[in-house]
Amino acid sequence: MPIINNKHEPHTEELVKRLEKLAKKFRREILIMTTKAGSGHPGGSLSAIDVITAIYFHQLRHDPSNPKWEDRDRFVLSKGHACPALYAVLSELGYFPKDEIHNLRRIGSILQGHPDMVKTPGVEMSTGSLGQGLSAAIGMALAAKLDRKDYRVYVMLGDGEINEGQVWEAAMVAAKYKLDNLIAILDRNRYQLDGYTEDFLPLEPLAEKWRSFGWHVMEMDGHNMKEILDTLDEAEKVRGKPVMIIAHTIKGKGVSFMENENKYHGKALTPEELEKALKELEDPEDDEPRG
Amino acid sequence: MVEMRRAHTRDAYGRALVELGRRNPNVVVLDADLSTSTKTAMFGKEFPERFFNVGITEQNMMSIAAGLATCGKTVFVSTFAVFATGRAFNQVRQSIAYTNLNVKIVATHGGISVGEDGASHHSIEDIALMRVLPNMTVVVPADAIETEQVIFAVAEKPGPVYVRLCRPPTPLIYEEGYKFRGQPLKYELGKAVLLEEGSDVTILATGILVYEALEAAALLRKKGISAEVVNVHTIKPLDEELVEKSARKTGAVVTAEDHSIIGGLGGAVAEFLCETYPVPMARVGVRDVFCDSGPWEELLAYYGLTASGIADAAQKVISSRGVVR
Ligand SMILES: Cc1ncc(C[n+]2csc(CCOP(=O)(O)OP(=O)(O)O)c2C)c(N)n1
Repeated sequence: MPIINNKHEPHTEELVKRLEKLAKKFRREILIMTTKAGSGHPGGSLSAIDVITAIYFHQLRHDPSNPKWEDRDRFVLSKGHACPALYAVLSELGYFPKDEIHNLRRIGSILQGHPDMVKTPGVEMSTGSLGQGLSAAIGMALAAKLDRKDYRVYVMLGDGEINEGQVWEAAMVAAKYKLDNLIAILDRNRYQLDGYTEDFLPLEPLAEKWRSFGWHVMEMDGHNMKEILDTLDEAEKVRGKPVMIIAHTIKGKGVSFMENENKYHGKALTPEELEKALKELEDPEDDEPRG
Repeated sequence: MVEMRRAHTRDAYGRALVELGRRNPNVVVLDADLSTSTKTAMFGKEFPERFFNVGITEQNMMSIAAGLATCGKTVFVSTFAVFATGRAFNQVRQSIAYTNLNVKIVATHGGISVGEDGASHHSIEDIALMRVLPNMTVVVPADAIETEQVIFAVAEKPGPVYVRLCRPPTPLIYEEGYKFRGQPLKYELGKAVLLEEGSDVTILATGILVYEALEAAALLRKKGISAEVVNVHTIKPLDEELVEKSARKTGAVVTAEDHSIIGGLGGAVAEFLCETYPVPMARVGVRDVFCDSGPWEELLAYYGLTASGIADAAQKVISSRGVVR
């Protein structure tokens, strides 16, 4: 596959449909691979998948046949437990064969329980211990500035994840160095492991917090493909500041019985649940294999 | 007696970094508000573009270092040993060791020779913490002259490395240009340096205790005991060949380090020898306590990290070997 550089494509209805269709396919794959593995984090993968799809298929400049291409844009999945979403996307793009998703979390597989940049082509940073990805992304963004390169660094954080103090250390550093080549997306699905975010460590007023740390803050519906595309474009126009996009999302999005049902944070569906979920996610035009 | 020559390992580090910066535009340096202490400020002054003082954010600094390394930079990060390894342990583990990235953690203020600042600043567990991480190389130079060699060597070695330096000006055991008693040496990571040959006991020392080990050998000589002295500057990977050879030769081993007796050089040697060639052994180091504040040389004496402490331990292992044999 040659270099992918789609971002100048206009945001037509056709494009939006195409991306939505892909995201739906990835939703099925996320559930299939986690059920097959018998474990994993489907809830936060489903909330993140629309944004990750838009980033990889439209916004990012990259080359799946040359994952280490120096001038590529980078995407860091700081909330590493959502890696089934990343694996679905990377395999679709040809970073590794699609079949590998069936080996998720198995001994010898290139697909580890959390992202591993050494084992998996296309993974930019090993994550899993929450709170570190934004700092790593800052390192990449600083390197771009040093090398006078124009690549951008995207990083996705969880809303629970930003409980970590390191995130706020990083927030100050990114602002200090005016990293306008850094675009962070916060997957604001309002749940963390033990429940509702505001019940543990209230995050609101969230936008004001990031603004006061020197960031340019934007908000979007993280499941509205057109809005995601438009916001990502707008984010690139910001100068002199890092950008935080708060993506309002729903944990478990796309499957009625998973939405806002936090027991699916870190639990795979049973085969019976999977069957039900796949029915809901069916695509009449698609004859993808099931389960 | 000739007057003892002393120098700061961290000064040697600062100078070596500047030299590296001149040679290699890919070298970048990070510090967390300690650059005047760690001496990375010298690099910062000459290469402000490539120097990032990220404030007092050690955890953040380690992950930023990892990000820079993914983009092909050779990254040096510095802070005090207790913070580099303890405060940011999980970041070092997740972002640097697991990823096998080209980050050199050069920590100053290792050991109890930090002195008056006390136990909050003494680093008695850093070697153990770094040694347990896969992919990590662990190096403790014996003096300022060896420090320079180490910094140039680790810059060439891909992957994560932990280098431990100290605070005070410590005795020089080498001469300018990395010579020992006039003999020019070639520094090699992972290859311990046999400083003195002996037949009755092996003293394996690292860091500032190498000087004490040489003094201990002199004390022992007066008692008719011949001690072999080895500078184990690389604790991981351990120079197993030399350690085993010397243990076979003398049948008694003493380790000496400015670190806990648990998990550091003593731990590494004990783990290795008990699987290959067990011999009576004694570990000189901090005996599983938090130490007091105090002037550093008094502290070392108080906790037995001295030539006489090592010599006593040597005599003990020799006598227990007598029983075993
Ligand atoms: C440092 C760290 N502490 C704890 C965990 C365990 N953990 C995994 S996911 C999670 C909740 C994360 O919540 P959030 O960031 O909101 O993710 P999402 O709800 O989007 O899945 C926790 C606590 C971890 N992976 N890393």
